[in-house]
Amino acid sequence: MTTVETGFNSGSSLASLPPDWPGGYWLHWGVFVIIILAFVFLTVLIFIWLERRLIGRFQVRLGPNRAGPFGILQPIADAIKILLKEDIVPAKGDKLVFWLAPVVAFVPVLLIFAVIPFQGGALLADLNIGILYIVAVSSVSVIGIFMAGWGSNNKYSLIGAMRTIAQVISYEIPMGLAIIGVVLIAGSLSLTDIVAAQNIPFILFQPLGFLIFFIAALAEINRTPFDVMEADSELVAGFHTEYSGMKFGLFYLMEYAEVLAISAIVTTLFLGGWRGPVLPPVLWFLIKVFAMFFIIVWVRSTIPRVRIDQIMGFAWKFLLPLALINMFITGLEVILLPEVLPWPIIFLNLAIAAGLVVLWSKFFRLGGGRVEV
Amino acid sequence: MKFERFGLGILKGLALTLKHLFRRPITTQYPEERLTVSRRIRGNELIWSEEKCTGCATCAKSCPQGAIEIVTSISEDNRYIVEKFEVDFGYCIFCGFCVEACPYEALFLGYDYERSKYRRQDLVGAKEDLLVSDQKQASGYGHPEVETTLPRQTLLVERDKVRK
Amino acid sequence: MAIKTEPFVLNIGPAHPSTHGVFRMRTTLDGEVVLDMEPVFGYLHRGIEKLAETRTYTQNIPFTDRLDYLASMSNNLAYVMAVEKLAGIPVPERAEYLRVIMAELQRLASHLIAVGAFLNDCGAFMTPILYMIREREKILDLFEMVCGQRLTYNYMRIGGVSHDIPEEFLPALGRFVKEMPGFIDEYDQLLAENEILLVRSKGVGILPKELAINISASGPVLRASGVKRDIRKVDPYSVYERFEFDIPTGSVGDCYDRYWVRMQEMRQSTRIIKQALEQLSSGEVQSQVPQRLHPPVGEVYGHIEAPKGELGFYLVSDNSIAPYRFHIRAPSLINLTALRDMIIGWKLADAIIIFGSIDICMGEVDR
Repeated sequence: MTTVETGFNSGSSLASLPPDWPGGYWLHWGVFVIIILAFVFLTVLIFIWLERRLIGRFQVRLGPNRAGPFGILQPIADAIKILLKEDIVPAKGDKLVFWLAPVVAFVPVLLIFAVIPFQGGALLADLNIGILYIVAVSSVSVIGIFMAGWGSNNKYSLIGAMRTIAQVISYEIPMGLAIIGVVLIAGSLSLTDIVAAQNIPFILFQPLGFLIFFIAALAEINRTPFDVMEADSELVAGFHTEYSGMKFGLFYLMEYAEVLAISAIVTTLFLGGWRGPVLPPVLWFLIKVFAMFFIIVWVRSTIPRVRIDQIMGFAWKFLLPLALINMFITGLEVILLPEVLPWPIIFLNLAIAAGLVVLWSKFFRLGGGRVEV
Repeated sequence: MKFERFGLGILKGLALTLKHLFRRPITTQYPEERLTVSRRIRGNELIWSEEKCTGCATCAKSCPQGAIEIVTSISEDNRYIVEKFEVDFGYCIFCGFCVEACPYEALFLGYDYERSKYRRQDLVGAKEDLLVSDQKQASGYGHPEVETTLPRQTLLVERDKVRK
Repeated sequence: MAIKTEPFVLNIGPAHPSTHGVFRMRTTLDGEVVLDMEPVFGYLHRGIEKLAETRTYTQNIPFTDRLDYLASMSNNLAYVMAVEKLAGIPVPERAEYLRVIMAELQRLASHLIAVGAFLNDCGAFMTPILYMIREREKILDLFEMVCGQRLTYNYMRIGGVSHDIPEEFLPALGRFVKEMPGFIDEYDQLLAENEILLVRSKGVGILPKELAINISASGPVLRASGVKRDIRKVDPYSVYERFEFDIPTGSVGDCYDRYWVRMQEMRQSTRIIKQALEQLSSGEVQSQVPQRLHPPVGEVYGHIEAPKGELGFYLVSDNSIAPYRFHIRAPSLINLTALRDMIIGWKLADAIIIFGSIDICMGEVDR
């Protein structure tokens, strides 16, 4: 399937840069570190503003519009407010754990951006195990969340942290299995190879894989409908109840940086990365990332929250079997039908995905929920 | 518990939210744009007309809170002179009973709602503060002749144009 | 090797983002499961029943506004009807129709907030409650046009209503009533078939039929458990016999049924308002009542179907200008007595939802 060209070409001559642009190992590393930090911080600020305005428009109201024209300076006002607050540390909490928790939670998210291609060859490190590196590194931030819950000496925080850990660990497995489907079609774990293999975006080849990955990713980053961690109407703020000042700022940044990371990963794996017809590739990348962000915000403003035991049941009983079946079917297709034209395969996959979703919904059953006391 | 509709219910909700994205927001930017209040608003002020008042204190007797205090004395031609007419707006609940009870139509409620004060002593309105004057607009609650002079209220039913 | 666990006490305290008012629940949890719950209320007690003994019957009407502050017209109506029953005062017909229109509009407004707050507790991030508040604003504009205030109306008087409606009221009300069923359909489209809402609220917090009757629950809580009882049909007051409307009844008594019953009641209220608009006649709006009313010696219990349940006033008079005893039968307090039985065995997240689905207002519970 990867040998057929169908007009989704890779654009201008800027499409691929040499692997150690602009020249020399340390210069390449330094330039890209600066690019990644600037990109992450700027985009996170734009995301904060965009989310608040978009949710406002979904709810028939304006978003913030007092700080600067159209409220553009609102995230900067938020940042200044967070920095100026008093840094309170609970007296009986574990001080070292409390202090280290935001750092342990935030740094792995930044590490993910080292392997995401902004353009052909424009990435910090072209590892040939790119996607495995991402899955491994993103699991480390869970430890940070647990440290935050434990070091706060607060029952609410501890309950929130425990829920989050259970949820994150459970949803990593369907996420990994959905990624394997993409890897089977592309034939390589490296992200540049995956993007280069997408003459037709993989979302058409793997609709079920996209759905599973998207839902599992939403659960990984603790967004609605899986945001029991920060359920405002139940426990006051979950594991970051006791944080204030810059530590809270780091948690806040971490949440939006994770959204950005997931959007970037989905773009690279399923939507074709930086490939597109006319515009420069970086612009296509940004357009796709913002489209994914729009969908995430849209889901947040509509759907209610799921209870924690139902979240776990959904992961283990619904997503995991579907992910396994998806991997099996993709493997069969790769082995048995490698030289068939793509369009019949696409229709076959869509039909299988719809059929599986309908069939599994009929068999899916959650527990009652009430415990005899 | 089963997934009865295969995820279609969620998709319907998402479609509705997307439709709302294209509606005009109904927010009013408060200090710059103000909506016109109703003609009969029981606003935040009491306006007292000294010529019509005879000092009968029916208003003070009908107040549920006892917020009106009237002290009178008798003049030469056997009428009351009102020496002290004080209303404590910290106690007043703006129910409008005093306006309805006055037999000589000497009392009006205000039209304004933005009269906050910084100190609690400023809330007590003494005789001079409550007099009728051109700066204060009276509301039409209980006074139909004032009601006809006031502008029409803005209604959200008319501002929110839904495309049907 | 067994792990030793012990239950711990969590205080879902008076100042909390999702208790409807100042209400405190001391829950004993084992992990996530609720083992025991003790409600503590009284944080909003203002002594209304005692204060009312030193005010005349007309001066008590603003106090009844502040009981269930989300449905003030119904409170006014219940009190005024009780006094009229005690003193035998007739009410003109136009005033009766105006009272019915105001009471049904108030039922719409109260149910909008009740359903919106319930969905907010489920976690839908304020979108449903903001849509419903937009409709409630339209109703509050109509009320402001008639009596001048948006929350504490003080509109009903003994023997009628206080003011007649201005002439732009009827076109605006007609327009609102025409658009409202469309909006209720939109709310259904948004959330009625949403799988997550179904999974979270079907079968959760069941109030069995016998328990509901035994604790004398009333209102949508009782009707959702399968008992078809509505004071407007059982003991009709005002002119409710002249309208035709249905009484939606649930079957199981879980949170989803209570939500569904309230949505259907909103449709029935729209129907009643349309019929009342057609039958509205002309005339005067208040009969002549002295300012200091001396009702005959006796006692009376007057009740109506308020949005939250059966609101009743028990008045004892001794022929003076103030009531001798003024007692309020608050529906929220009586409905709340079953909370412990409904919550035990469920998880902490469900406790919040079950509490929100009973729909209480602390002004009534504490008085």
